[in-house]
Amino acid sequence: MTSVPLSLLRRTRVASSVIPGFGLTLGFTLTYLSLIVLLPLAALLLKAASASLDQWLAVLGDPRVLSALWLSFGGALAAAVINAVFGLLVAWVLVRYPFPGRKVVDAFVDLPFALPTAVAGIALTALYAPNGWLGRLLEPLGVKVAFTPLGVVVAMVFIGLPFVVRTVEPVLQDVDLELEEAAASLGADRLQTFFRVILPAVAPSLLTGFSLALARAVGEYGSVIFIAGNMPGVSEIAPLLIVTKLEQYDYVGATVIATIMLAISFTLLLVVNLLQKWRRARMGG
Amino acid sequence: MQTASTRDPVVVRWLLTAIALGFLALFLALPLVAVLAEAFAKGWDAYWRALSGEDALPAIWLTLLVAVIAVPLNIVFGLAASWAIAKFDFRGKSLLVSLIELPFSVSPVISGLIYVLMFGLQGWLGPWLAEHDLKVVFAVPGIVLATIFVTFPFVARELIPLMEEQGREEEEAALTLGANGWRTFWLVTLPNVRWGLLYGVLLCNARAMGEFGAVSVVSGHIRGLTNTMPLHVEILYNEYDFVGAFAVASLLAVLALVTLAAKTALEWWHRDELVATGH
Repeated sequence: MTSVPLSLLRRTRVASSVIPGFGLTLGFTLTYLSLIVLLPLAALLLKAASASLDQWLAVLGDPRVLSALWLSFGGALAAAVINAVFGLLVAWVLVRYPFPGRKVVDAFVDLPFALPTAVAGIALTALYAPNGWLGRLLEPLGVKVAFTPLGVVVAMVFIGLPFVVRTVEPVLQDVDLELEEAAASLGADRLQTFFRVILPAVAPSLLTGFSLALARAVGEYGSVIFIAGNMPGVSEIAPLLIVTKLEQYDYVGATVIATIMLAISFTLLLVVNLLQKWRRARMGG
Repeated sequence: MQTASTRDPVVVRWLLTAIALGFLALFLALPLVAVLAEAFAKGWDAYWRALSGEDALPAIWLTLLVAVIAVPLNIVFGLAASWAIAKFDFRGKSLLVSLIELPFSVSPVISGLIYVLMFGLQGWLGPWLAEHDLKVVFAVPGIVLATIFVTFPFVARELIPLMEEQGREEEEAALTLGANGWRTFWLVTLPNVRWGLLYGVLLCNARAMGEFGAVSVVSGHIRGLTNTMPLHVEILYNEYDFVGAFAVASLLAVLALVTLAAKTALEWWHRDELVATGH
């Protein structure tokens, strides 16, 4: 195929693409996207828009709703911070310190992507319940994980970890060792080199991983509801409250909570995107 | 190569490695071990009885059925979308790519909710569906739709960057030599992206079979009819049938491990023919 003269290819390309199927594939893509994603999401927004101001205020003024939103976003934030720290550590160890079985451990990090959330949920609950392997050890220390907000955070850590490791790892692999050598030869110790040279290099990817883990944890349902205990106002997450409202045929309530969640999540992702853009522009590349 | 100046002291290396491995053992390995331990807590017989229970088989069957419908549809979509996006230039391309990835940032519960608002009795199309005696929500079509939604981006997201990287020259050459569009697609494009396609299909399938939140909202939890394996796990668990719940869960855990192994094998042997290795 490489024997075709280049001039021929250039000509065909300038004359407009010879590749067929643009109308068919784009048409199908847009139709399928509209039917599966855009129209149903529009139905949600339309429903939210058709709710009266009083209905909105009733939902927003409900302490149970506020505390569920608070737990979903606050818990997700705490879990994302934990994941940023330990995800960076795991990525660092996997990239820098050779040990037997490293490749297998590296592959195993993706487990939360592959394991169904309900399975993770009941497994974590079995571990952290007062009579579970870990719960039994924590009970004498006065630490309760299962059926408390702490359990919510544990499940969110589980689900978010690979996002940080997978975004930071490739960047860490590309960090120029010569820069570290230069820092060392200028008198920096390893800790200084880490904070002044390595961390700034991986910071954007760490922020991306952090925001992906955060976004995932905010909406997480399956792995959380078993371990959470779901006490209204205490350990009830926002997605569960949506389900509860639906079961009570309170479609407006469910829609309003869902719309608020989507709005906050998208704003967060947008801010992170803008931050990255601003940073890239400032760094000139 | 690392030199003395960039190498950390042995104590630091060991300490950090121990903390990292300890964290992974605590948060990833232990839950997996717990699933198997609980499933076999009362021995093989109890395990086997739980799996051959009269509600377990329909759940397994429905899970397979949903995946068999949802995954191929998303394959066709992924191929069409990546062909349009990678082989042609048009305005609004980056917006289209963002919209394709949109389902990843929507909570699973909300992914189910939107179909209830669309097709439920209170929904926009609900009255019309009821008039024609059609059922989408609390029936299999709703489960399939919600599953398609949550697995929507997997194949496309794998293929778009891969096809963009491979460019258009090979297709243009084939077409110039007289092959028609379909032939070019089957003989040139598809072989070029086969490993990336398989990679996307693996992840798509794992999520399709394991989805819980979205499916839970639209299913109605009718035993033997609209119960998938993950939903069956929940029902058994809430009935305190822990051996049963963990036995069904162990099947899903094995599916996860097989997916992980296959995905890793692809990454090791065909890394050059994949683009996105992260998520």
